[in-house]
Amino acid sequence: MLSTQKISLAKVAAKAFITPLTVRTFASSAARNVSINLHKGSFESYNCDAPALDVEISKEELVRMYKSMVTMRRMEMASDGLYKAKLIRGFCHLCTGQEAVAVGMETALTAEDKIITAYRCHGFTYMRGGSITSILAELLGRKAGISGGKGGSMHMFTPNFFGGNGIVGAQVPLGAGIAFAQKYLGHKAATFSLYGDGASNQGQVFEAYNMAKLWELPAVFVCENNRYGMGTAANRSSANTSYFKRGDYIPGLKVNGMDVLAVHQAVAYAKEWTVSGKGPLLLEMETYRYGGHSMSDPGTTYRTREEIQHMRSNNDPITGLKQRLLEFNIITEDEMKAIDKAARVEVDQAVEEAKASGEPDLSEFWTQIYQKDAGIPYVRGREPEEFHRY
Amino acid sequence: MSSMLKKAVTVSIPSVRQALLRSNPVLANALLAKRSYNSKGGVEMTVRDALNSALEEEMTADEKVYLLGEEVGQYNGAYKVSKGLLDKFGPKRVIDTPITESGFCGLAVGSAFAGLKPVCEFMTWNFAMQAIDQIVNSAAKTHYMSGGNVDCPITFRGPNGAAAGVAAQHSQCFAAWYGSVPGLKVVSPWNSEDAKGLLKAAIRDPNPVVVLENELMYGISFPMSEAALSKDFVVEIGKAKIEKEGTDVTIVAHSRSVGFALEAALLLEKEGICSAEVINLRSIRPLDTETIIKSVKKTNRLVTVEGGWPQYGVGSEICAQIMESEAFDHLDAPVVRVTGADVPTPYAQNLEAYAFPDTEVIARVVKRILNKKIGA
Repeated sequence: MLSTQKISLAKVAAKAFITPLTVRTFASSAARNVSINLHKGSFESYNCDAPALDVEISKEELVRMYKSMVTMRRMEMASDGLYKAKLIRGFCHLCTGQEAVAVGMETALTAEDKIITAYRCHGFTYMRGGSITSILAELLGRKAGISGGKGGSMHMFTPNFFGGNGIVGAQVPLGAGIAFAQKYLGHKAATFSLYGDGASNQGQVFEAYNMAKLWELPAVFVCENNRYGMGTAANRSSANTSYFKRGDYIPGLKVNGMDVLAVHQAVAYAKEWTVSGKGPLLLEMETYRYGGHSMSDPGTTYRTREEIQHMRSNNDPITGLKQRLLEFNIITEDEMKAIDKAARVEVDQAVEEAKASGEPDLSEFWTQIYQKDAGIPYVRGREPEEFHRY
Repeated sequence: MSSMLKKAVTVSIPSVRQALLRSNPVLANALLAKRSYNSKGGVEMTVRDALNSALEEEMTADEKVYLLGEEVGQYNGAYKVSKGLLDKFGPKRVIDTPITESGFCGLAVGSAFAGLKPVCEFMTWNFAMQAIDQIVNSAAKTHYMSGGNVDCPITFRGPNGAAAGVAAQHSQCFAAWYGSVPGLKVVSPWNSEDAKGLLKAAIRDPNPVVVLENELMYGISFPMSEAALSKDFVVEIGKAKIEKEGTDVTIVAHSRSVGFALEAALLLEKEGICSAEVINLRSIRPLDTETIIKSVKKTNRLVTVEGGWPQYGVGSEICAQIMESEAFDHLDAPVVRVTGADVPTPYAQNLEAYAFPDTEVIARVVKRILNKKIGA
């Protein structure tokens, strides 16, 4: 690196939320593990210990995290464009800025663990195995969509990801139920149920907390606090904005949700906590969305452009990880640029594939109302002559 | 089982039966049903015991079936439907929930998404209004919205409609509301065979099923055929049953109203007024329109009976479907609905009696439409 580049990076790093400390690489190149120290403000705990601040992670994992976040952002930006081009209709809630939560979670979990969230779900769908093409095609309402074009932005599912849910708060008891099933079936795994600061006051959330604690379910409740429930700031909706403490009898942890490694560390800690039989845990991810609540919200009527810009400049999860990768010589700038370019190509290709997919066949209108062979003789359409016989 | 046999013996004594006919027409009706209509066999079972058998059998057959709800475990069930199940299956499979319908219904639905087969009991269906979002938006719609990727093999059950003296908030019938939702199946048993067969079918069904029982029917005994006693007995969801054949008018009813319809039919026959065909819907959704149409083509007159409110109800739906079908051309009189009155259920006994249809109301309406003829 040129000395000028080094200096400017240091300046940026100084403003950033992380302070680069020494990195120890193991003697054995086969291990390729890195030990990174998180900033001491990364966690705040309630009735439990905070996770360790030093993260042991492989170089490959770090690069994968970077690639995932970059690709996710590209995907969401592509969705933004498609929506503005009127190819996506209805609701579209983007997670731009919040990438660290979905990525940091995935790297700390296995395929046996389950995740459920609300409508800001594209990023999670991707991390849980949904292809970019199938996600974009679903947004476009096409046959190749992950839900066959029948669900749209808010209803995307994979075998270990339960959506994608449109009713604020409803996903939390559902998630407790998935955790219940894991315990019932003897699976050594956890369910992470996500909800926002806006949803945190829902009664059913507390009903879920209660049952999870009573029955010691392997449930981790994750409040993705991006400071605004649609246009209402957290302090205008919540009498208590310490979301990590709202579990009362459930211990909690507040996490810097803009730092993918802090997320990773907290999620690994939470999984170990619940799977080892300590019952549920609450995580609050402090995060931020650059866009509005959805594509129909400019996102500037209830917060200042300065605030948005400040977050972008100083707390961006991708920039933050990028700095670490360079600072600790994980990969070079050129390798990083190659990843960026590859992500752009991958997403552009997926856009084309999604666009090329046709609309669902009209026959699909009548299918999957019930499971196949449900004994339903016929379904009525808009008038008596429009119907489908099975 | 042996206690049920003992019960059957005592009820069979003719003098007891006569006394019952005078004092408890509904119960007597059940006995008449045994003698005149479909079921043979000497064993009788209350609706409550039939439901209990269904639960026990299905929980024995499939490890993934579990029961949750308020007081289902240690209390043995608010109405004793789940009696003995906690003792037999243990607390892993029979779960007492806190009084949080929205939460435990959502939890049950989530567990169904994740591969279990929950039976979610609502102490009464009135309380399920707190959970209706999970029933409709999570359970009913998810299979479709996910393009078939997510299944929801859940059974929701509990007493529906009128009880006795429990007033407005505890007496509503939800057949019409749930019956309108694509993605749900909705059943409404009348007698013990219905109760056992439909609940078993519901639990085995990989789709979300709403089972609307009736508290006043829980204690009523009905004969159980040999087949109905089998642990593999199911009643097909979506098929109505002709409880009594007739020629002059079709009476379609569900749940408790079936008993009143049968009594009315008997009364009218005894008085030499008409021969009525009584159809027990058994399922609200899918609605067995085919059976109703076939019957109307034979009798040319139709009366629907239900306990729920008149507007936008089960009877309204049947009327509309008949109008749109080939059966319209066979009608000699307009279809008439007999329903609950359009009022919040009052408490005073005389007022409450005025809120729900019974034998007398049905018989009166049938007589009236027999006097009408279109185009005459």
